[in-house]
Amino acid sequence: MTNKSSLVDVRGLQIGLADGTELVKGIDFSMGRERVALVGESGSGKSLTARSLMGLLPDSLYVEADHFQLLDHPVLTYGQRQWNTLRGHQVSMVLQDPKYALNPTQNIGRQVAEPLVLHQSMSSKARVEKVEYMLDAVGLPNPAKLRKMYPHQLSGGMGQRVMLAMALINDPQLLIADEPTSALDHAVRDQVLALIHSLVEERNMGLLLISHDLQQVADYCERVMVMYQGKLIDHLAAEALPNATHPYTQTLWSCRPNIAKRGQPLPTLDREHLETLN
Amino acid sequence: MNQLELKKVSVSHVQGLQSNTVVHDIDLTVEAGECFGLVGPSGCGKSSLLWVLAGLNPHWEGEITLFGQPLESGKIFTGDRRRRVQMVFQDPYASLHPKHRLRRTLAEPLKLLGLSDINDRISEGFKQVGLTENMIDRYPHQLSGGQRQRVAIIRALLLEPKLLLLDEPTSALDMSVQAEILNLLNELKANHDLTMIMVSHDPDVIDYMCDHAVTMKAGRIDQEKRYV
Repeated sequence: MTNKSSLVDVRGLQIGLADGTELVKGIDFSMGRERVALVGESGSGKSLTARSLMGLLPDSLYVEADHFQLLDHPVLTYGQRQWNTLRGHQVSMVLQDPKYALNPTQNIGRQVAEPLVLHQSMSSKARVEKVEYMLDAVGLPNPAKLRKMYPHQLSGGMGQRVMLAMALINDPQLLIADEPTSALDHAVRDQVLALIHSLVEERNMGLLLISHDLQQVADYCERVMVMYQGKLIDHLAAEALPNATHPYTQTLWSCRPNIAKRGQPLPTLDREHLETLN
Repeated sequence: MNQLELKKVSVSHVQGLQSNTVVHDIDLTVEAGECFGLVGPSGCGKSSLLWVLAGLNPHWEGEITLFGQPLESGKIFTGDRRRRVQMVFQDPYASLHPKHRLRRTLAEPLKLLGLSDINDRISEGFKQVGLTENMIDRYPHQLSGGQRQRVAIIRALLLEPKLLLLDEPTSALDMSVQAEILNLLNELKANHDLTMIMVSHDPDVIDYMCDHAVTMKAGRIDQEKRYV
């Protein structure tokens, strides 16, 4: 793949509360058209990092960085109006829970078409065609009927597919998926991840996949970044995960229960030891 | 001895005049001291069955024998049974009273039972699950998800149950915290001679934890599996 670090280039990213509490403590990373996983426990700052890439942080937080470029835009200085030209067009996001992220009062067709209305000029007929094409592309049956349905009529897995259709309808260059599967059933999780993987591959996009389940994302990503308490503490290729050297990465990798581990305690984090490493 | 025996049990949800049967003709037995698993996709009726066993839904038919005594359909639990069956709910954020300090939440059932040395029991419980005693006087929002789920487990254990029902106890938690909670449950099972029924949609968790498990599909038992 060419121009590897052109989509996101961040150095010294700090996010914190107005009273000075730092939540993300100066992290550096860059990514191109590749699939990267950002992994960590809840509260490690991974969602804040992702939201800063969409300009979606609440006003009560400050963002500072030595260098912050998104698709060669200096977005740190951008106001909402400038963000609006990027968001949903060149960068888009899939959120955790389709039950809360979809608008319950609008039908699916209207919600999926919204990015088109905002960013492209096309006839309403062409828009409907594009929406149906997209719903079909994410593996939903009977797009014409589905377009008129409302979010409460869909299951979690279908809702997540609708969100994916919405995010990809403008062919963005970067997709950010913030725990896209944690509200879903186990059987559906792999389906949705595999779908995201194949769509991203097809369109040659960048993917930033956020999760707390290291084993699950490892199959779908090329690189893994591990966050702990606001810092990027480890950075490695997905194939290198079984031989990770950092104790935090090791534990995250091996703490998933399975039948082979019956009768023995699962590895847990030695948080005091991690404090000393920090 | 069998702690629990179900014969041809069907469960319905009653809403107004409408009744919707979601679990059909379940037969199963749970032996004392085992961890019994219920697996299946969302909507297959596993939680509905658990709610019946917790005495939270009296709309069932068939035969249930709990601790050697038959249950009566249509009636809520009374007497000792209330105390001996305890449940840990899925969502640690929703299962503790947000406006009560933990001590008040935890002391309430103990007061009702007229027990003495309530504070000692609570401190003992906190130590057991690896929380520090200074957390007893906090509010639920001052704890993390994993800590809250531990408090929910203490709440159930303080009543010295014989049967502990776990409704997806770790699905709202991080992988690393899940490992801590599962270790804790295994330890408690070994030390307290508890019988546990665990609902989960994660087959890996069931494989790791359970001695005996059934897979449910559309309200019926699809497969049965014994690990020992």
